[in-house]
Amino acid sequence: MNTLIAQRWSSLLPPLRLDPLLTLLLLALMGFGLMVLYSATEQNMALVSRQGIRLGFGLVVMLFMAQIPPRLYQLWAPWLFLLAVLMLVAVLLFGVGRGAQRWLDLGVIRFQPSEGMKLALPLVLAALLARRPLPPGWLDLGLCLALIGLPVGLIVLQPDLGTGVLVAASGLALLFLAGLRWRLIMLMGGAVIAALPVVWLNLHQYQRHRVLTFLNPESDPLGQGWNIIQSKIAVGSGGLTGKGWTNSTQSHLEFLPEPHTDFIFSVLAEEFGFIGVVAVLVLYGAITLRALYLASSCRDNFGRLLSGSLVLMFFFYMVVNVAMVSGLLPVVGVPLPLVSYGGTSAVSLLAGFGLVMGLYSRRRFMG
Amino acid sequence: MRMIGDLGRLREEMADQALVERRFRVVVVLVIAALILLGWRYGQLQLGAHEMYAARSEENRIRLRAVAPNRGLILDRHGRVLAENRPAYRLVIVPERTPGLEDTLERLAELVDISPEEMRRFQQQRLRSRRFDSITLKSNLDDEQVARLAVARHHLPGVEVEPYLTRHYPHGKLLAHVLGYVGRIDARDLERLDRDQYRATTHVGKTGIERYYESLLHGRSGLERVETNAQGRVLRVIERTDPQPGQDLSLSLDLELQREAVAALGDLSGAVVVLKIETGEVLALVSHPGFDPNLFVHGISQADYSALLSDRRRPLFNRFLGGGYEPGSTIKPFIALAGLDSGHITADTRVFSRGWFQLPGHSRRYRDWRREGHGWVNLELAMAESVNVYFYQLAHDMGIDRISRELALFGFGRATGIDLNGESGGVLPTRAWKRATFGEPWFPGETVITGIGQGFIVVTPLQLAHATAALAGRGQTAPPRLLDPAEPARMVVHSETHWLTVFNAMAAVVHGPSGTARAVARQLPVRIGGKTGTAQVFGLPDDLDQERNPEDLPEHLRNHALFVGFAPLEEPRVVISVVAEHGGGGARVAAPVAARVISRAMELGY
Repeated sequence: MNTLIAQRWSSLLPPLRLDPLLTLLLLALMGFGLMVLYSATEQNMALVSRQGIRLGFGLVVMLFMAQIPPRLYQLWAPWLFLLAVLMLVAVLLFGVGRGAQRWLDLGVIRFQPSEGMKLALPLVLAALLARRPLPPGWLDLGLCLALIGLPVGLIVLQPDLGTGVLVAASGLALLFLAGLRWRLIMLMGGAVIAALPVVWLNLHQYQRHRVLTFLNPESDPLGQGWNIIQSKIAVGSGGLTGKGWTNSTQSHLEFLPEPHTDFIFSVLAEEFGFIGVVAVLVLYGAITLRALYLASSCRDNFGRLLSGSLVLMFFFYMVVNVAMVSGLLPVVGVPLPLVSYGGTSAVSLLAGFGLVMGLYSRRRFMG
Repeated sequence: MRMIGDLGRLREEMADQALVERRFRVVVVLVIAALILLGWRYGQLQLGAHEMYAARSEENRIRLRAVAPNRGLILDRHGRVLAENRPAYRLVIVPERTPGLEDTLERLAELVDISPEEMRRFQQQRLRSRRFDSITLKSNLDDEQVARLAVARHHLPGVEVEPYLTRHYPHGKLLAHVLGYVGRIDARDLERLDRDQYRATTHVGKTGIERYYESLLHGRSGLERVETNAQGRVLRVIERTDPQPGQDLSLSLDLELQREAVAALGDLSGAVVVLKIETGEVLALVSHPGFDPNLFVHGISQADYSALLSDRRRPLFNRFLGGGYEPGSTIKPFIALAGLDSGHITADTRVFSRGWFQLPGHSRRYRDWRREGHGWVNLELAMAESVNVYFYQLAHDMGIDRISRELALFGFGRATGIDLNGESGGVLPTRAWKRATFGEPWFPGETVITGIGQGFIVVTPLQLAHATAALAGRGQTAPPRLLDPAEPARMVVHSETHWLTVFNAMAAVVHGPSGTARAVARQLPVRIGGKTGTAQVFGLPDDLDQERNPEDLPEHLRNHALFVGFAPLEEPRVVISVVAEHGGGGARVAAPVAARVISRAMELGY
């Protein structure tokens, strides 16, 4: 009976241009995420249902994005990119937010234009490179780096270094998929290392502080280092099987900062233990690999490059967050994709998956 | 040829595709490697170091807690307390420790009478808090309620009576519009506050001095390191960094004078502003009627709030700061000074008043308040008897550009810069302003009525007092301030004799044989300069204007009564502006109020 329903259900999805397996995996992740959120917010049902509504909205956006013919946004790519850049400029001019200006207030909704750029930049780069011979020549490479540099510069000015780095990474990931020569990759890596001292001198005080406490958390056990130490205690005390759902003491006793946003993974690790961590990592891995498979099956390089870089970014966010929570990376304020509390990022991620599935569903109609 | 080109492109495309596919394979390897690395890291923490971290988690009973600073007091210039912190008790509930919350709430409602609003707020708060947070059910308990709860307490687990400090305004209505009030921090406040500093604070300045000087009054939050048990309950305080209490503010206000001003207004709605000329210090600042700010501290009830909102006398409206009034004849001293300065008149210039003025080539008559006119008048008489024709003529001769320029020098048309939020700048009409606002050119008739403070011009009582201070200070005064006087600034440069001419004319208003305010001269301990004014509320047809007895009109259509003045005449130290809404005539209603307040100010030694 159940298998029958499952079969019906999965045969319903392809006409909607959704991939049944990937959709199922995403739903599983989000469902589990809401469960952890319930615990991390001290069983605050109002917050959980608000997040549920946002995810539901994200799914609608995903479905919508899957319906748009790729030809269309390939044509629109430059304009969408331009729009996203203009919104970033608008944020600098009229944005709201404490300390850093990240939000644009449109009366009805507030959103972070830097999230839109996470879609717009891969789109414009993929549209550009799909028409050119690969690997990209010097001219194309220069153009791509300029297209990456402009929005990244605007985001860093907000100032939001974390998001700036992530947007830059999405552009570079796409260049990598486009076959950027290994020599050049080495060269760019070398350049980045050489530029580190310059970057250091231009960092804001709070950013330097974060890096320093990352290198030595015990130097500031009550300030920034506190987060990392407490998060590691939460993770480590979870052990193999965890303390059980809603039994996390670290977040319960207010030791964990922001247990429902950036540090939700440490709540998960504390409550579900190593087994839970591995299960979720496997879930993320399965989503990523399935989506990469869809990406590589696209009919042209535009689809492959765009889809591939979007999927890689999803995976990359997860790695950065999970590594940060366990003290492998400094605290950079990256949410755990599709699990942390927050709307804009979840919607743009699901929109990305919508694109991926839409591109894949059109693979057969070769011109 | 074309076939070969297509084939070549196809081959190229296939090569590109192969390249991208190779990269995908690299990516898959990287993804798996990253997953393994993360898994290994978590294994290290959760399996390898589990014992150590489990022990540390058990020991993890120390946490940091913010401690709210005590809010600074607000005092008057003689150290009398205007806003204080009173010890009070509130009823709090920790949901986690309260089995059968609904039953407990019912029992509490019987014990201490909990309003539906308090209940609603509690439930709202509960949704936003964690189960082990204490949530206030009722604040500001009275003694009887505290006693009753003390008796019943052992039946009510999780319910506690907690001491705290609450803001109290001992003088209530008297200072509501100056001091403002504090209220519970809401989402809008959080946008502008430093969350770290306000972690333990519940109230924040919403209006008035409480709002403007929030950063001084609040102080700096302290920290406690506390030990808790496994449920998060505090067992003991290990270490404490005391909060830094907020600064006490000594305002320039004189409570005595403020009280006198309110008493002088009596049943009238209106505003009184008293300033020290040299420093701009505010001695009294009244918007009447006031309201009890204490109502807002604990969250005003819907019934009280609707009552305040629907009161026709608008007690919540801050008249001295945001009330826009026609200045009426109180503008005349400024027009006169402009006329002297520009050479359009001298002290001896005489104008014949036959009761009305006409623009050349127009039929409309601009009237004097005395129907038969005042005959030949010079400046002193024109001021004393408030002869409109004199000022119609002068304004017409000067033209609107000159008038606007001169009035702007006295601060008309812009906020004075007092240390309160929400000040209105009034309206100083110019040709450009009219064009921008109505899309129409300026008409000569509008210049004529500007000469007697009617038409588009709008002032606040505070502006009027400030402008009069600049006049009485012979061009020198400082912006009005309640705390920390600003540097006096020289605003206007006029010839010394022109000042004296205007001062003498203003003295004649009060002390002259035919002055409009001569009735109050007897009450005054010193000679003063002043000017009465009447602002139209209801535009009566021109010719009827002066025939109606203002008393015949329903109250809300009666004119506003105004008075500006300075004292003492020979050596001006204080200025006053009075606006009495719907009072009728400035001479009959506003001047006695001003005289009473000035007398008291002189008694108090200003």
